[in-house]
Amino acid sequence: MDYNLREDIKYTASHEWVRVDGDIGVVGITSYAQHQLGDIVFIELPNIGLVLEKGSNVAEIESVKAVGDLQMPVSGEIIEVNKALEGTPEMVNSSPFDDGWILKIKIKHSDELGTLLSIEEYKKIIESEGH
Amino acid sequence: MDTKIIFEKSFNRSNRNFITKMDVIAKDLTEIIPTSLIRKELPLPNVPEVEIVRHYVNLSNKNYGVDTGIYPLGSCTMKYNPKINEVIARIPGFSQIHPLQEDNQGSLRILIELSKLLTEITGMEGFTLQPAAGAHGELVGLLIMKKYFENKNILKTKIIVPDSAHGTNPASAKMAGFSIIEVQSNEQGEVPLDHLEYAMKQGDVAGIMLTNPNTLGVFDRNIKEITRIVHENGGLCYYDGANLNPMLGVCRPGDMGFDIVHLNLHKTFSTPHGGGGPGSGPVGVIEELIPFLPEPCLISNKDGMICVERKDTSIGRIKAFWGNFGIILRAYSYILALGAEGLSRVGRISVLNANYLRHNLKKRFHLPYDRICKHEFVLSDKGIPNDITTEDIAKRILDYGIYAPTIYFPLIVNGALMIEPTETETRNNLDRFIDILFKIYDEAKENPDILKKAPHNTPIGRLDAVLAARTPKLRE
Repeated sequence: MDYNLREDIKYTASHEWVRVDGDIGVVGITSYAQHQLGDIVFIELPNIGLVLEKGSNVAEIESVKAVGDLQMPVSGEIIEVNKALEGTPEMVNSSPFDDGWILKIKIKHSDELGTLLSIEEYKKIIESEGH
Repeated sequence: MDTKIIFEKSFNRSNRNFITKMDVIAKDLTEIIPTSLIRKELPLPNVPEVEIVRHYVNLSNKNYGVDTGIYPLGSCTMKYNPKINEVIARIPGFSQIHPLQEDNQGSLRILIELSKLLTEITGMEGFTLQPAAGAHGELVGLLIMKKYFENKNILKTKIIVPDSAHGTNPASAKMAGFSIIEVQSNEQGEVPLDHLEYAMKQGDVAGIMLTNPNTLGVFDRNIKEITRIVHENGGLCYYDGANLNPMLGVCRPGDMGFDIVHLNLHKTFSTPHGGGGPGSGPVGVIEELIPFLPEPCLISNKDGMICVERKDTSIGRIKAFWGNFGIILRAYSYILALGAEGLSRVGRISVLNANYLRHNLKKRFHLPYDRICKHEFVLSDKGIPNDITTEDIAKRILDYGIYAPTIYFPLIVNGALMIEPTETETRNNLDRFIDILFKIYDEAKENPDILKKAPHNTPIGRLDAVLAARTPKLRE
């Protein structure tokens, strides 16, 4: 299946994406992740100002099938969350890379960006998961 | 079908239900309960006896249980509960006693005897029968762990939980005040030893919670290595007994190196499960941890009398009286009826039945962890024609008059369909289940719409799970 992955963003093996602009990163979950989760019914967003390390759980995403965690793709401070998702979490299903963004972070260590995956590397991960 | 609930059948007139006259001197309610807590109205449905009888009979007709048909709900061990258990539990000497009455030595004796049997079955040294359910047992086990380290003045804040564990494991650890380190299982569905060792060396790790066989139905062949690594790094090993069924009489958690075990009497030891509960989650420990078991404890003194013992080191009281005694009694009846030989057959046949299904079903369905399983195995919806999902299959199974397996768990398999037949299903039933799943597979190919709109034969069709979760209607 083609998941309309974007060229201009970076990915993680745990299916987050980051769009980097200077030291600001916009974070969401990939089209593949939302497809796997199914209809998303609730997203618990973090508090602004929270500082978290790369890999720590930052938000909870609940679908009809399961509850998943959104992990910090890189370390940083939460500077904005997508408040619209509180009323319409289904935007993550319909527009995972645009309207369904989840949070904005101020990136702490820019060298961590090197650990993120390119579109090609991420495609390989999806393939290895068998879809 | 009449779908009115009993409240909707209620007459709007003064309550004429028969209430027996009190045979003791009544106290005024305000003397016993603060006025603010006394309700002014009690809106019980006001219906004649015949409507009450119909209400319950109709509900029971709608119900599906293990007495109705096969119930292959993975991770839950929905085995048949022999009726001898019910006969025993209804003996007036058991059913009409009160824990505060003066002479209940016989019932206390049962508690001690069952503890001894469970100790032998699991390879532990001491047991408490008090926890009311599996997750309650987990919490008790973790509090014991915590108290043990506190007593030694060692600070421990973390627990390792593999991603193949039961969902309650991380939840219980969190509730007991630990933070969780997740270890990802490898391609064989086992705990990678190098990751485990690395996690243990992070410092202040209290130990590991493990379900073995795990939620994939896979027995971790490195189990002795796992417990050795945890012990060498100063941790304790907790065994989630939810999957003990295939191990019965074959292999004991104590021999695998575990220090704390909880059992689910309502799974492994044939006591009522689900709506029929209540549950019971006894916890067993090695000798070193016995001082921390919940109080009150029972001991049998020299003249054979059973007395209550209190220990300052105990984690304290966790349940009123002695736990769910009626359930404990049923499990005792089950164990005595089967004996050692019978129990070991339970373990072996549950493994045989699961592998019979696994071997046949993998001819059509994708089996991501393809190896000999124990009591259960996990299929996925990968490769099913026409984008048919696990949910569609589960709903269609209902149309054939069978309860659906566990779906979308464990999370490590996409579109998981988790099947556990238990030892109490006959070969005929297993063959019928295979036939039905094959038929559904063919339908997915030829008539996918029938699956996407299933179920068709149930009193209520496919529910809108998304709408229900997004805008739940919690009360009128």
